[in-house]
Parts: sequence; C-alpha cells; structure tokens
Amino acid sequence: MTVLEQPGSSRHGSTATGDRPAPPPAWRPRVDPGPLLPDEEPYRVLGTDAAGKVDADLLKLLYEQLVRGRRYNTQATALTRQGRLAVYPSSTGQEACEVAAALVLEERDWLFPSYRDTLAAVARGLDPVQALTLLRGDWHTGYDPHEHRVAPLCTPLATQLPHAVGLAHAARLKGDDVVALAMVGDGGTSEGDFHEALNFAAVWQAPVVFLVQNNGFAISVPLAKQTAAPSLAHKAVGYGMPGRLVDGNDAPALHEVLGEAVTRARRGGGPTLVEAVTYRMEAHTNADDATRYRNDAEVETWRGHDPIALVERELAARDLLTPGFVSDTKDAAEEMAGALRARMNADPALDPMDLFAHVYAAPTGQLREQSDLLRAEIEAEGEH
Amino acid sequence: MSTAVVAGDTTATERKPATMAQALTRALRDAMAEDPAVHVMGEDVGQLGGVFRITDGLTAEFGEDRCTDTPLAEAGILGTAVGMAMYGLRPVVEMQFDAFAYPAFEQLVSHVARMRNRTRGTMPMPLTIRIPYGGGIGGVEHHSDSSEAYYMATPGLQVLAPATVADAYGMLRAAIASDDPVVFLEPKRLYWSKADWSPEEPTPVAPIGRAEVRRTGSSATLITYGPSLPVCLEAAEAARAEGWDLEVVDLRSLVPFDDETVCASVRRTGRAVVVHESTGFGGPGGEIAARITERCFHHLEAPVLRVAGFDIPYPPPMLERHHLPGVDRVLDAVARLQWEADWTEDGTGRGAGGTEGRGA
Repeated sequence: MTVLEQPGSSRHGSTATGDRPAPPPAWRPRVDPGPLLPDEEPYRVLGTDAAGKVDADLLKLLYEQLVRGRRYNTQATALTRQGRLAVYPSSTGQEACEVAAALVLEERDWLFPSYRDTLAAVARGLDPVQALTLLRGDWHTGYDPHEHRVAPLCTPLATQLPHAVGLAHAARLKGDDVVALAMVGDGGTSEGDFHEALNFAAVWQAPVVFLVQNNGFAISVPLAKQTAAPSLAHKAVGYGMPGRLVDGNDAPALHEVLGEAVTRARRGGGPTLVEAVTYRMEAHTNADDATRYRNDAEVETWRGHDPIALVERELAARDLLTPGFVSDTKDAAEEMAGALRARMNADPALDPMDLFAHVYAAPTGQLREQSDLLRAEIEAEGEH
Repeated sequence: MSTAVVAGDTTATERKPATMAQALTRALRDAMAEDPAVHVMGEDVGQLGGVFRITDGLTAEFGEDRCTDTPLAEAGILGTAVGMAMYGLRPVVEMQFDAFAYPAFEQLVSHVARMRNRTRGTMPMPLTIRIPYGGGIGGVEHHSDSSEAYYMATPGLQVLAPATVADAYGMLRAAIASDDPVVFLEPKRLYWSKADWSPEEPTPVAPIGRAEVRRTGSSATLITYGPSLPVCLEAAEAARAEGWDLEVVDLRSLVPFDDETVCASVRRTGRAVVVHESTGFGGPGGEIAARITERCFHHLEAPVLRVAGFDIPYPPPMLERHHLPGVDRVLDAVARLQWEADWTEDGTGRGAGGTEGRGA
C-alpha cells in the first residue's frame, strides 16, 4: 500500500512551471519491510547455544508429548490397515509442529486444524476417538467445537484460514483477548483463501497466528512446483505482517516462535505467518504410494533429523533422560494407544435418522417426507 | 403493487410511498439497533452506503466495527463472516452483484451450508448473504445473473427472493433473525418500486417458507417470484381481455418450498405456468413443474409450462429485453395450456409439453 499525496501538498510542493508537468504525487512505502522479513535460515534452538537455556520442565513436557504423538500416529496408521479408519493422513515426522501449536495456546484460544492435524487437536485435550470420527467415517465432526475451542478439521485446503481471522476479529470486537492459531500446509499456501485470509488478518490486525507446515509435498507435488517465493515465510511481507522461518522438527524452537507470535497477537500486535520446515515421513495417506515421486535417500536424510531424537539428545546431555523417565513416558503413550485401539475396535453406534437431524434448525417439509421414506425402508429391512 | 393495508380507523395517517431499497435499508438498521450481534460487511458498504445505497447511513449510526468496508475479496468476506458467526455474531454480508458472489461459492457450499450438519447442530451459521440479482437494469456483462438455481441445489441454505416492499423489510428481518444461513436475493430492478409502506408500522408478512397468492383467479396459476412478479401481475390483467382469470402465486421462499400453497392453487385452477428470469434448462422451473406434477397430476388439465430466460449467457444490455420473460411470452404460454377439449398433437413438436424457455 502506498500513500499518495496531492501535488501542491507534497514535499515536492512546487507547481508546474512552463512546459514542465507537475511532479507525480509523492510516494513512500507504508511500512518498512525490513523488520517483517524472516531469518535467512530456519530458526533453531536444539544443537545451538540457546538449547541450554530451554527450561528443563518444558523440555520434558515436549518429549512426553512428542513420544505420545508419535505413538498416536503409529496407532492410527495401524487402525487404517485394520479397516477401523477409512483413511489417515499421518503427521509422523511433524509431531513437533502439532504439539507446539497446541501447547502455546491458552484455554480460551482457538485452534483451526486441517485434516492432517488431528494430533494437534488431541494435544489440546480433545478425545482421540472424537478427533478421528471424520476419518473413521461415522460423522463429519465428532466433537462440539466449543468444548475445547477446536474448529472442525478442515478438508478443503486453506478454507479454514478466513474462519480463524473472522473468529479472532469477532473476539477482539467483543473485547476478549482470544487468539486463533490456524494450520495449513505448503500446498495450501497456493490457494486463494490463504491469500485472502492473510490480507484480511493484516488489514484488520486480527489476533491470528498462521502456522504453515512445509512438509515438502502436496500429495506428490514438491514445493518447487508450488511456489517461486524465496520461502513461504517471505509471503508475509507482502501483506504487511512479520514472517518467521523455523525448523519444524525443533520443538523448543517452534514453542518459542509460536509462543512469541501468540503473545504478540494477544497484545494487539496483529498477525504473524510462521513457516515450519519439516518433512512428511509417511505417504500422503494410506491410499498414496510415495515411492512414485520421491526417493528413499531423501526420506533417510530427514529420519536423521527426527523431532523426538533431537529432544532426546538435549535431555541426555543434561542427564534428564533417565531410564525411569523414558519408561514412564513410553508406558503413558502405550496406555493411550491401547485405550484408543480398544475403543476404535468397537463398532460405532449409528442412527441413520441423524442424517436429517441437523440440515436446518427445523426440518423442511421435503426433509420430513424423505426421513419418513428412509424410516420405512429401514423398518422394512428389519422385517426380513 | 401494494400489499399494505392501512388500519381501518379514520384517524390513520396517510403513508408516504416507500421504495424497496428504503425498506431494505430500514430492515438492516432496525436489526442492528435491536441486536448488537448483527454486523454488516462487504465492499463499499461503509462511507459510500453500497453501490445501490442499501447500507446508507449504517456506518454513521453504528460505527465502522458494525458496518465494515472489507477488502475486495468475496471468499474472504464470507469466510471471515463464518468465523464471526462461530464466535456468536450474526453477520449480514453484501455481495455487490450476483456474478461477483461466485468467488465465495466454495465458502458457501463447503462451509456455510454444511457447518450445522457437520457439527450435529453445535455450530449453526446465522448468516445472511444479500445478493442484488437479476437483470433489467441495463447492466453490462456480469451484472445481471439469476443465480438462484446454484443456491437451491445446496442443502443447508435457505433461498429467499422478495418481490414487494413489505416483503423486502419483513423477509430481511426474518432472514437476519434466522439461525440458518439465508441467501437473500434482492431483485435489483425492483429496488426503486414503490408501495405505501411505513417504517413506523411495517406491514406484517408471512414467515420464511410460505408463498403468497398475490392475485386470485380460476383459469390458471402463474407461479413466480422476485423480479417476475410484476410481469405476471401485468400479464394477469391483460389476460382478462382473452377471457382468462389468472391466479398469481409469489413463492417468496424458494427454499424451503411451499408445496402446500402452490398445489392448493393448481388444484383449484388445473393449469400452471412457472415464470422466472433464470435459464429454463436446469432452472427452478423444472423442479417446480415436477413437484406440481407429482402432487397434482389428476387435477391437471395440461402439462405445467415454463417461461424462463433462454439457455444463454446473460445477454448484453441492448439485447436483454429479448431474453427476459415479458407479458407477451407469458400470455403465449397461457394460450398453449390446451384449452380446447379436443386438443391433439399438431405434429410440429412444439406441443404443450416443451420447455418454453428454450426458444419459445
């Protein structure tokens, strides 16, 4: 955006003399783009001098959450193979992003997840079975979004981002210091809704944090075919908001960067775009074959930069990785997985008449007729 | 046309005529005054008052936070309105013109219409999406679409189209008060139509989901809504010269659809013509004709006919009069309702069962 000043009132002030036309209205950039630019390298804490400054309790909490998150991912993937989930877009390898996004929010804040972000919803406190209802297929959203302030898992890419902006804007209008954190992938940044959401957020100075998990692929399409931008974080500058580039497998770094963005938003500083550079270790879903578009060597490189191993190394360096702590963490994760497995192995109770229950506040005449038809069909089936 | 009824006592003050545009503005104003959750948002709705001036004065009265000029991005407008509704607000969105609402189509179909269902009723969408629609005002390309069929085909939306000044006020108030999303189609060529209507004593109107018989008759029923209502009322007057006494039903609400009022009328008259500007093929008339046939078959003396816009992209303004259903085209359709007891197929293939919008 530019500021145009009328000729005569501008600092170029002079009027036309002779045949020379008046100078154009003065122009200057509205904000200095310098401070909005992301770092040249993804911000890291683990393996740097800053690692020693991370609070020990936070480090242990992150470790517990990462181990639990990894176990959740392997369990959900197993449930897919057993036919208990229709599909599961795994966040294996991206657990640091999922966990950090949940941990930086207060109770009153809102999370806007995409379909790959069930782990973030679970880390925020949502019941795992309710979080997986969409992917099991017994209902679209298996939870009341108001209960944990988790918006419905969103499938159409980036379309949940303007919702986060609107909600945060509404909260601010009501005088509530609520922040919305919205999650999207690298592919989603190509969608029009990404652009419109960031633009609205910046114009309204809405208290929103956009977390882009750049995991390298949109199903099969690599980032190079998705964007020509220097980084996805650079896109922030065009909207007039800061962009932050962070190592998406470095949980303390994510916790710090996202936490700063949330605090900034809560204090009225406006939105932030955070790009977390990570990697999707599994295929897009169980229905995808990743060997068709990427090689094992690349995957192995990223396996060496595993988010759990990175935290483990720091814990070990501080003598915090005691056998008791490790086994307690593992046992808690196994307990969660066992309970999830047991509950998912039970068939969900379905009532087909629910199909008509919530199309409108009160069913229309047409829907009453159609629900009568279905009820009669079901009763006839029962008689055979 | 006027549907207002002045109170019977002699002390009633005489009302000044009001336009549909004024009634709509008043509806927004009264809704905002009554409920602080109501927020108006859109392109140019603030200082300018909207390109049709429907939001005139709202920012001055309620401030920029309540009537907001947004960036120029329809998906963003509707998408942020969804988020505002999630937090308990009651947004009223203005789409500047019918064809400019299309960028918001994904938000409308994938979120606005489905959110209540998706969340088992825990996250309703009390949103109103106002869309100036239809032709007849000399608009250049992209300013005259009749897009109602797209919205009617989307479960979860209510689709309303007022045709009178009283309905413009009453139905917009009902739309804003509704806990379900409403696509509110404002017939732009009726914005300046007048009736003696008073904002101090707004004429009560039927609820959402009810049609109204605007003219009673016995020969045949014209079924219409929005910008085609005045055309049908004029055709009904002209038909008297031909000896036809036509009934005119104003649907008002396309979704929910009032089968009861429509079918009661057709059972009385035995003949029906559906009239709308939208294209005939895949348009609302096909659904309405099918519903009548399914419910009133033994009462019908002739197939249900349609008078619709041609199946063409909306024409340039200097040609639009040939496209829009007019009085003559409506009367031609009425004439083909098999009035002769001994009617037989004439071999032209142009019999009474054709789709009148496709080249009649």
